[in-house]
Amino acid sequence: MSLPPDQTLLELHEVSLAFGGLQAVERVSFVVPEGAVKAVIGPNGAGKTTLFHLVSGFLSPQQGRIIFQAAEIQGLPAHLIARRGIARTFQLVQLFDHLTVLENVMVGRHRLSRAGLLAGALQLPRTRAEERHIRARAMEALEFVGLASRADQSAAVLPLGLKRLLEIARALATEPSLLLLDEPASGLDTVETERLKEMILAFKEQGLTTLLVEHDMGLTMEVADEIAVLNYGKLIADGPPRAIQKNPEVIAAYLGTDWQA
Amino acid sequence: MRFAGLLNRWVIFAIAVLALAAGLDNEYYFTLLNFIGIHTLLVVGLNLLLGYAGQISLGHAAFFGLGAYASGILTATYGVNPWLALLAGLAISGLAALLIGIPALKLRGYYLAMATLGFGIIVYIVLNEASHLTGGPSGLSGIPSLSLAGFPLNTARRLYLLIWLAVGVILALSANLVESRTGRALRALHDTEAAAESLGVDTARMKLKIFIWSALYASLAGSLYAHTLNFIAPASFGFMFSIKLVTMVVLGGMASIWGSLLGAGVLTVLPEVLTAFHDFEVIIFGAILMVVMIFLPRGLVRGLMDLREFRRYKREGGSLV
Amino acid sequence: MKNLVTDYWLLATGYWLLTLPILAPLLQYFISGLTNGAVYALIALGFGIIYNATTIINFAQGEMVMLGALCAISIYHLIPSLPIAFLGGVIIVSLVGLLFERLALRPVQDPAPITLIIITVGGAVFIKGVAMLIWGKEAYPLPAFSGDAPLHLGPATILPQNLWVLGLTVVLVLALEAFFRRTLVGKAMRATAYNPRAARLVGIAAGRMVQLSFGLSAALGAGAGILIAPLTLGVYDMGTMLGLKGFSAAIIGGLGSLLGGVLGGLLLGLAESFTSGLISSGYRDAVAFLLLLVVLFLRPQGLVGGRQ
Repeated sequence: MSLPPDQTLLELHEVSLAFGGLQAVERVSFVVPEGAVKAVIGPNGAGKTTLFHLVSGFLSPQQGRIIFQAAEIQGLPAHLIARRGIARTFQLVQLFDHLTVLENVMVGRHRLSRAGLLAGALQLPRTRAEERHIRARAMEALEFVGLASRADQSAAVLPLGLKRLLEIARALATEPSLLLLDEPASGLDTVETERLKEMILAFKEQGLTTLLVEHDMGLTMEVADEIAVLNYGKLIADGPPRAIQKNPEVIAAYLGTDWQA
Repeated sequence: MRFAGLLNRWVIFAIAVLALAAGLDNEYYFTLLNFIGIHTLLVVGLNLLLGYAGQISLGHAAFFGLGAYASGILTATYGVNPWLALLAGLAISGLAALLIGIPALKLRGYYLAMATLGFGIIVYIVLNEASHLTGGPSGLSGIPSLSLAGFPLNTARRLYLLIWLAVGVILALSANLVESRTGRALRALHDTEAAAESLGVDTARMKLKIFIWSALYASLAGSLYAHTLNFIAPASFGFMFSIKLVTMVVLGGMASIWGSLLGAGVLTVLPEVLTAFHDFEVIIFGAILMVVMIFLPRGLVRGLMDLREFRRYKREGGSLV
Repeated sequence: MKNLVTDYWLLATGYWLLTLPILAPLLQYFISGLTNGAVYALIALGFGIIYNATTIINFAQGEMVMLGALCAISIYHLIPSLPIAFLGGVIIVSLVGLLFERLALRPVQDPAPITLIIITVGGAVFIKGVAMLIWGKEAYPLPAFSGDAPLHLGPATILPQNLWVLGLTVVLVLALEAFFRRTLVGKAMRATAYNPRAARLVGIAAGRMVQLSFGLSAALGAGAGILIAPLTLGVYDMGTMLGLKGFSAAIIGGLGSLLGGVLGGLLLGLAESFTSGLISSGYRDAVAFLLLLVVLFLRPQGLVGGRQ
């Protein structure tokens, strides 16, 4: 079910959420066009990760609407939103430490497979066939990020850079329409960041829409088609990278922070 | 688990079971083995819940009791076919688990532990008090034996074959489950629920399903128990037994299917072997729970294997292969 | 002036009503319900304090109650002075609580909540086993604090010990309230409960706070046990049910809240008492757990809302 090009995949309308006295997100509205890479930037505490939690269903907005593929999703639980085709990574990598690298990605195939508890216990031929399919697709995702050689290692022993890649592979395995990346470059060195950049551009080529929270301005400038800027929970700018760079409010918000993170 | 490796374990298991059936002569040994088998059924179920899904049930004896009393009452008092009574027990336990699990598992945290605790004690009290139905504290006797196609299973040796067939089947189903899509999802949500949810796993529903599944195992064990002893009393289904089951899981290793067999075996045989043990039984169970959880949280087998791995790792100069 | 007159007539009418035979047993249930409720409240507070400091449930709490009673009884055998027995029991059990935290909980490599909960369950079982070895299975008496002569409140009988339980509970609860609100240490404990990292940053030693919480809970439990020993006798297995019921009371009222613990305990005591008297005494013990389930399913945060 794909929308005609130039459609918006995700829309936020006046989304607001407060924690006690703190307004984390205040009447934020923007759209994410299909097939684009959109970045959300802003100083620490601006509400970027909260926004991600709202879109992915870990939090519910108190006001406003979130529309994905022309349907309202605000207030839905996280697993239902995931089933509709939104996948995400986390600011602090959340891998399944007791599973292997491959098994982590295989869990990513959950929404695209069907074997239930009884089927799993009985291991009927159809279930086993599905399992082979899951394993094959998961290996493909690992190959894409370059982790196939580590398939049977425990996920817990990977260095951080590879853990981030694994998390991305796992998200990709769900075959999402929208990918939310929460500070994917955090903790990566120059080489790894370059690889990440290529990957994000590859997503775009394959028609995957990406919403990205990042602090690394270099990376952001190079991959983003549009940038939304948050400050104190409010949207203060939204547009192409060139325009954002020159926007006086944005510069003021960062108070002279170096663009090259 | 590679298929070839699996085949070996099952073959060994089948051979061991049959060899003992042929080789042993003493009814006592068969009785002991029957108890080990029944306990294994209980422990495997609890292990799926505790070791894989990471949820504690502090009242699993209740499902054991529901199965036992369903079978006992229906067959002894109402003359129902034992196999049908067993199915009825499964239905009752499953329903109870559903009713408790739905509200308890919707919430984050250890509400299932508390709910099962409460439920377990309530069942125990009801078994004691509803004496017109259950026979009260002095128990229910006259429970008929099971029979297969007219062949009565009224000796320990005959029951042994049935019980260990059940154990084999249950172990196989459980081992399959752990490696399957559902098992993976459970292990995943044990590690980090948020990430599992973000991948589309309905964690509340998963936990509920495995809780019901483990209750069914316990109910099966209860029914078999009733037809093994031909007598049941509430004292066997109290809080202390629930704790013993947790101890067996912990000892054998959480998240280890074969460990369940080990845990059940050791802690069933030990009290029998050491008759002076009885006074110390309580202390030893408590000590096992504490010591294992503090030092070898992955249980005896995995813990010792890990220890050996660690020593080898250090000896080889600390390089990860 | 006018108020005094109306008050007098109200009192007189009330007293007359109280002598009606229907109300007499009800009053009796009320009194015993309050007494048990006070004990449950103290135990509930013990659970709450540790939960606040560590977010775990210490299932060994009930055994502290038992140890308090039995230690006090043993001390009394050596030194027949109730105040000394009381103090001695409380001190010894507080040390046991501290020891438990130090030996069973601190060394844990992977402190996942399930692990810690299982350890406390193991600890409870272990302590009970040790108590059985030391004191055997007999029940031991402890003399009432100020004699056994029953007092009469209208048609109801109240033992002086009941008044001790109620009175000391009130004192202890008020003391706890003052401790947490007014003293620096108490505030430090609350701070650690809300945000351990921030508390550490301002110089509060979180480890000390955890230790303190275990010691304090054990002391409360011991106090409850010693208070109730003259009424129920001290036995090695008295702790299990009391602990579980105290835990239920804590959940009912709201885990982690002072008011919640008190309310939960009193409510539970009264519910038990009235159920046992009016409906059936066999199902008395089930009341606590039925209420537990009801609260868990309808209002898991407890009556007072507790801490999340």
